[in-house]
Amino acid sequence: MNPLDSLGGTVAAGFVLAIVLSYVAKALAGV
Amino acid sequence: MIDFDFLVRWLHIVVGVMWIGLLYFFNFVQVPALAQANAEASSGGPGPAAITKYVAPRALFWFRYAALVTWLTGAYYLLAAPQYSLHGVFTLGLMGETVNFQHTLMGFGAWLGTIMLINVWMLIWPNQKRVLGLVQATDAEKAKARRVAFLASRTNTMLSIPMLMFMQASNHKLPFFM
Repeated sequence: MNPLDSLGGTVAAGFVLAIVLSYVAKALAGV
Repeated sequence: MIDFDFLVRWLHIVVGVMWIGLLYFFNFVQVPALAQANAEASSGGPGPAAITKYVAPRALFWFRYAALVTWLTGAYYLLAAPQYSLHGVFTLGLMGETVNFQHTLMGFGAWLGTIMLINVWMLIWPNQKRVLGLVQATDAEKAKARRVAFLASRTNTMLSIPMLMFMQASNHKLPFFM
């Protein structure tokens, strides 16, 4: 099942990605 | 007397609202409306013709050029604004003697926006031309083009959420892992 097939899944995936990338950005920068 | 950099950043936000506003229009309004119009066409409904003929081409015109102008004004601002540099931002603030975390945050936003621009011009627009009949295509090619354009559009909707977070976070702070 692709989360992008539903609007709810798309928005939820966006927020999950935002959280994951926040962690990645801080880890990369070492802050 | 006139702050030109402010004007460019202002224009960046105005055309960015147009781009993402039309992206959300496609995903939250037009795609569900077309599905309902197709489903009801055989039972007396008006069908999707008016949307595909009059609405979608106009929306796609403003959508793809707003995307281009958003990226160009954003790139200009990164070159012109004293606190940023195009190289520093696109290398995520990691290439200097010390890490520039403001560049890291803006860099994530800028890369997400760049991926989204590429999606608009390389995936969404070429495939929508087949779907709308602006370019000749067989029914099988149209079906494939519809799926690729749909997934690229949904991908951009997903990416817009972290993109807008990082663009804000650069001048404020992240809402997570503070």
